[in-house]
Amino acid sequence: MEPTAVMQDVVSNGGGIPFLTLLFLVPLIGMTVILFIPRGKTEAIKTVAAVATGVPLLLAGYLWVSFEYSDTAMQWVEKCLWIDYFNIEYHVGIDGLSIPLVFLTVLLLFIAVFSSWNVEKTRGGAKGYFMLLLLLEVGIVGVFISLDFFLFYVFWEIMLLPMYFLIGIWGGPRREYAAIKFFLYTLVGSVLMLVAMIAIFLASPPELVAQIEKQQLVEEGKLQEAEEIEPHHTFNIVILTELAREKDPETGENLNLLAGENLGVKGAILGLPFLRWIWLFFFIGFAIKVPVFPFHTWLPDAHVEAPTAISVILAGILLKLGAYGILRINFCMLPEETKYFAHFMAVLGMINIVYGAFVAMAQTDFKKLVAYSSVSHMGYVLLGAAAFTEAGIIGANLQIFNHGTSSAMLFLLVGVVYDRAHHRDLNGFGGLGSKMPVYTGLMTVGVFASMGLPGLAGFVGEALSLLGAWEVYPVYVLISLSGLIVTAAFFLWTIQRVFLGPLNEKYKAIQDVDGREIFCLVPLAFLCVLLGIFPFLLIDWMYPALKNIIDNLM
Amino acid sequence: MEQFFETTTPAWITLAIVLLPLLGFTIQIFFGKRLPRQGDWVPTGAIGLSAVLAVYLGVQMFRLWDHNLCYESISEEIGFVWKWLDYGSVKLYTGVLLDNAGIVMLMMVTVVSFCIHLFSIGYMHGDRYYPRFFAYLGLFCFSMLGLVASDNLLFMFIFWELVGFCSYLLIGFFFYEEEPPRAANKAFLVNKVGDCLFFAGIIIVYHVTGTFNFNAIFEFVQQGHWFETVSSSAVYSGWISPQGLLTLAGVLIFGGAVSKSAQFPLHVWLPDAMAGPTPVSALIHAATMVAAGVFMVGRMFPFFTPTALLVIAIVGTITALVAATIGIVHNDIKKVLAYSTCSQLGYMMLALGIGGFTAGLFHLITHACFKACLFLGSGSVIHAVHSQDMRDMGGLRRKMPITHLTFLISTLALTGVPCLSGYFSKDAIIANALEWGMSAGAAAYVPWVFASAVACMTMFYMMRLMYMTFWGEPKNQEKFDHAHESPPVMTIPLIILAFLAIFAAGTVLPWQTAADTWYGDLVQRPDCAAMADTAQLPEVKHEFEHMYHEMHHASHTAHYVALGVSLFVVALGFVLAWLFYGKKTLSAEKTANSIGPVYRTVVNKYYLDDFNEVAFVKGLPKFCNLWKVTVEAFIDFCVNFTGYLTRFVAFIHGLIDKYVVDGLVNFWWWFTHLLSGSFRVLQTGSGKDYLALALLGAVLISLVMIFVR
Repeated sequence: MEPTAVMQDVVSNGGGIPFLTLLFLVPLIGMTVILFIPRGKTEAIKTVAAVATGVPLLLAGYLWVSFEYSDTAMQWVEKCLWIDYFNIEYHVGIDGLSIPLVFLTVLLLFIAVFSSWNVEKTRGGAKGYFMLLLLLEVGIVGVFISLDFFLFYVFWEIMLLPMYFLIGIWGGPRREYAAIKFFLYTLVGSVLMLVAMIAIFLASPPELVAQIEKQQLVEEGKLQEAEEIEPHHTFNIVILTELAREKDPETGENLNLLAGENLGVKGAILGLPFLRWIWLFFFIGFAIKVPVFPFHTWLPDAHVEAPTAISVILAGILLKLGAYGILRINFCMLPEETKYFAHFMAVLGMINIVYGAFVAMAQTDFKKLVAYSSVSHMGYVLLGAAAFTEAGIIGANLQIFNHGTSSAMLFLLVGVVYDRAHHRDLNGFGGLGSKMPVYTGLMTVGVFASMGLPGLAGFVGEALSLLGAWEVYPVYVLISLSGLIVTAAFFLWTIQRVFLGPLNEKYKAIQDVDGREIFCLVPLAFLCVLLGIFPFLLIDWMYPALKNIIDNLM
Repeated sequence: MEQFFETTTPAWITLAIVLLPLLGFTIQIFFGKRLPRQGDWVPTGAIGLSAVLAVYLGVQMFRLWDHNLCYESISEEIGFVWKWLDYGSVKLYTGVLLDNAGIVMLMMVTVVSFCIHLFSIGYMHGDRYYPRFFAYLGLFCFSMLGLVASDNLLFMFIFWELVGFCSYLLIGFFFYEEEPPRAANKAFLVNKVGDCLFFAGIIIVYHVTGTFNFNAIFEFVQQGHWFETVSSSAVYSGWISPQGLLTLAGVLIFGGAVSKSAQFPLHVWLPDAMAGPTPVSALIHAATMVAAGVFMVGRMFPFFTPTALLVIAIVGTITALVAATIGIVHNDIKKVLAYSTCSQLGYMMLALGIGGFTAGLFHLITHACFKACLFLGSGSVIHAVHSQDMRDMGGLRRKMPITHLTFLISTLALTGVPCLSGYFSKDAIIANALEWGMSAGAAAYVPWVFASAVACMTMFYMMRLMYMTFWGEPKNQEKFDHAHESPPVMTIPLIILAFLAIFAAGTVLPWQTAADTWYGDLVQRPDCAAMADTAQLPEVKHEFEHMYHEMHHASHTAHYVALGVSLFVVALGFVLAWLFYGKKTLSAEKTANSIGPVYRTVVNKYYLDDFNEVAFVKGLPKFCNLWKVTVEAFIDFCVNFTGYLTRFVAFIHGLIDKYVVDGLVNFWWWFTHLLSGSFRVLQTGSGKDYLALALLGAVLISLVMIFVR
């Protein structure tokens, strides 16, 4: 498709409308508006929240439709200087790697608002809840669109705060323990990330940075500004990525422009070269979010205590931030180190798959079970990505998105039954299928999508990850396959205990899903089916960006 | 005019055949309840249309009569292809593959499905979830037909899992009871084990050949690329030879068939699957889905090496024997039929494993007709007496003449009585087994011996079933009195299927062999792909050539010997059954007691279910729990310990802060206080004192200055 003149304009600079900024500005405005609404007017609060998450959804829909997917460069870029002294910029843009995640974020946040429609009856009330929810959206969207490292970090930290309070105030009985555990775990990651980020900033070679920036300005025809550029360090993710990929034109070897020499670091520190430490710091920071074994134990606690909508966001998007970070930062910015640690990642991926499945099987709490299944499913992302093959990385990214829809669906569904039965003990139900047929049907879609049944979304991602990983890690793939069986086992066992068999007399009068719940669930179920049959609808958008990543790794 | 199989028309027709039931499913699942007659006519009509189209394809096939018909829609001339995924090195295209075996399979599946849809209208009448049942049937037909028509391994696998899913839904159809959900889970999980093996095999094939397309894979192997690629690949060097990998991939792929086609030791799910509604048992667990494994092995036949085929033959033989022995001792009519199915599937696998390609696939088709009829017949009986236990039946012949007659015909076909369709296919398998034995020497006679023994047992347990159900005297008078013949919507399918059970072979002349039938002529064994790979895999080629040559050589004598022996043992089986259950000169109970341990082992299904119960159903959760209480608890302990440690350190810091840091501050305060306290006494406020002090100070300073100087 040849872009029209108007569209070209939009693609290059947003046609004057700062789409990406609006994407998080609208929730921010929504939050401010709610601040001035009296506590009692819950309907008004909820309406504002719905509008403030609905508008970004429409915007993201527009971005999705007009995204120029054959282009690997960043699109809808907005850029201006923010903090002059450190050359920190306000710099946002999206490419094929981030656009599905941005879309997923705004979709799930919109659904989250509707799934927490009755939140005013809880201890914390509606006002604070929706304000924090909107702030959360600001943070998450911000992380996915940031192209400046500092900005990225700011958004990353913004996200943490509402999450802490949402779990800590609106959560279950052990909410404070869970909230603090979540907060501290993530904070450890953040601190490592901050250190690594500053190190990378100081390691960026000032002359080359200036040279690249000059070139860019000249290309844009801004000769005046180009003259004024002076050598400096940079937080610019695009430039850092470009530097990291610079290869010697003769030998084809990576020039290692970000290595520690600029910092005055020579040789190894405690046996590992400078950049490998940096890689590890970033990786641990992101791995905690993914979560990768053994940094995963915050997840089940957080899920169990968090209210339904927050679990949805937690599983649907927050875990993806980790995976996104690994791909965006570790893979793009530290390609040589990523290659060095590839095997390490694959092993962790395999452990996640198998270990997560085994531990999930041992759970009796419905939410914990789904939480551990997430641990297992995120393993495919690591295993697939660590293979550096086209099939592997496509599979990993499909899995990122599809797990977002299927796990979100499962948490919503668990929430539905919890609202009615007020417990989540898997052995305390039985035979709900005859009283809640629509609910059971939706649960079947969710569970089987998650289990990787062909025709539903999970299959394509899992199959491609495993296909792609085979040529590098055949043994790990074989072991991971056993995880598939265990996954099927615990999910089927769950369905059997909750929905099948004779009806538990306690739940004779239980109601099936109502209109609002169906409204929340159907879009996700639809995506599960649609992307299971036509996965190319998603891959088309991602492929050029993923190919770019792979090409630079090989 | 262009020849039919050179246009896109067959592809479009096949697409319609596959997608019509899906359309039926979609309409039925969303609107079924609101449609007139609860929508049962939607999926039934859809599969009916599919059947008409499939028969049309069949007519075209018969008109062409080409032994080597291979219609590949993906080929350049036809260009009917769906580029599902097309990204760089990831190229997953799919199209339609039709060959003679495939077209016959399409006809069989659609016709049998249609009969079973009709039957279900009567059988499921009044069920709470009547519309849902038909929706599931539609989804199943879609998946099954897709499996048959796919031209590549990946799509076959996709449909393969989908049929398993439909089977899960349908076994657990009476989900509000205790047993069906458990059986459904068992079926799905046992199948998942096979699926994972299958998928592992597919991954290997895809990695080496770079394609999923059946014919492309065969060609790849045929031209020797397998050898080159594997020996130059870093993944495989050092642990497996190219030939070994070919065998391994073949065996893994066969692993899928082991679970799907209920082969030993993964057959355990099939008898339990009888917890589903009887039409489902007929359709999925007798005629079509369980045969998918056999069909898949047939599709992949050229890919298998002699070693892989040997594994297939051994597994098939064991299955046939084990299942037949268990079939003898069961009293549940559906379970007996289930074990019979299992045993017959073993036959088919055995046939494929020893190179009896035609015989195996032919038996699949004839078996589908008469076994579907048998299951529907048993459904008709269950419908009449509301019990599955044969000890509640007896004498039903008088009450249900049509059911009895069709059941008898199918029984005779199953047991291989001359003139009926089963005779031709089963005879061919036993003859092939003997040829194989004659070509390879002593140990190779085992399959033939077992196959003949199984033929005898088949006759025995089927006659036992006939005696206990239809013949003899009613054992439960009350149930007998209520029994009645089923309505026409149920008997007509029985009649159609019984008709097919007689005539499916296209001939009733007992001196003809399978090779003389239409099927034997149209479907012939393809060569092993590795056979043409002369440069790289000489042993494979040699082994095959030798075996097939010898088998061909032996075929003339073997056929008559095998025929004679099998007729004799079948007759023996009948006589034994008559002695036990007809004339009752022999007592089944006494015999059972006299071989006590053997009998108990068989009744307990060789303790496989008990093993599974202990090892997986109970063991796996325990094993998982072990992880939870060890590793998971350990990690959490570490995290919490870090937390406590931090708090402890903070506490110590607190103490230090309180007593050392604050102590210093406080000390300073105290010290100052002390000093100021002592100096305060000097601050009297009286000018006299100050003057005296000033004087004292001046004197002191003067003294110091004087002395220091």
